[in-house]
Amino acid sequence: MLELATLLPLGAPALPLDEAGKYVAGAYVVFMVLLVVYVGIMAAKLGRIERELRDVAALAEERKAEKEEVRA
Amino acid sequence: MYGKGLKPLSIATVAMLAVSLSLVFFYAPLDADQGFIQKIFYVHVPLAIVALVGFIVGGVFAIAHLRTNNRKWDAYSYVSIHISVIFGVAVLITGAIWAKASWGHWWVWDEPTLVSFLIVFLLYATYYPFRYAIEDRDRQARYASVFAVTAGAFVPLNFMAVRMAQSLVHPRTFATAEGGMPGEMMLTFLCMLVAIGLLWTTLVKFELTAKSASGQVKRLRRALDAPVGGSSSRIAPEVS
Repeated sequence: MLELATLLPLGAPALPLDEAGKYVAGAYVVFMVLLVVYVGIMAAKLGRIERELRDVAALAEERKAEKEEVRA
Repeated sequence: MYGKGLKPLSIATVAMLAVSLSLVFFYAPLDADQGFIQKIFYVHVPLAIVALVGFIVGGVFAIAHLRTNNRKWDAYSYVSIHISVIFGVAVLITGAIWAKASWGHWWVWDEPTLVSFLIVFLLYATYYPFRYAIEDRDRQARYASVFAVTAGAFVPLNFMAVRMAQSLVHPRTFATAEGGMPGEMMLTFLCMLVAIGLLWTTLVKFELTAKSASGQVKRLRRALDAPVGGSSSRIAPEVS
């Protein structure tokens, strides 16, 4: 367990820009990466739905042709 | 049905995120104590607020499901919790990065704000195994709703307990005793809060639309796989 007394107090001098920039960039990159990964997963899901829809459409066409053959 | 208004909502979200990020880096002044590192605040805190509100919203949808027994509300509740858990991951990672830069440690176990958020996050992480451990879909939806209501009630209670506790190092966002935030910072923060809120809403709608489309395709396939002559009437009227 960390002792709070060993932590930097809030009034400690701010990190220099070159050092702070890495952390700030890291935080925003994490946010953007999570967003992009989520959108990528959703894109893959939508691609799968599109494939399934194409299969269902092909199946429907087959059924229609079968029905027409039975009538003929 | 779920996809209605998704395009304007997505455009509004992207525009609001662009404006808010511009405000963060080009308008909001540097914090006197923390300097540039304080910029993490504008993504970390709105994500945390929206995630916690999302958990409560999931509980409200679960109440609607238990009252009406309409599966639509269960889907809303599930998706709200799902997106909030993803936001929770972002909160924990951005918070750890900020903690490392400010305090020199990735995590502080003595700090009630951090630990309470982790407890809430882990509680909701158990929602998935709990839900999918039940095979019967009606029971699954009902039990998941009970979980969402109970956990949703725990979120504000937990928040109030943390506010009443003595904070050790974690700063208070809307501190009044220490003077609060300057106007430019508050405006930037509120814009970012709206942007993240819009993002949450867009992702929820996006997920619901995908689930609805997938469900309709499955229903069509089942109907087409049924014997010729008795299938078409079994397709439930689907709102698209």
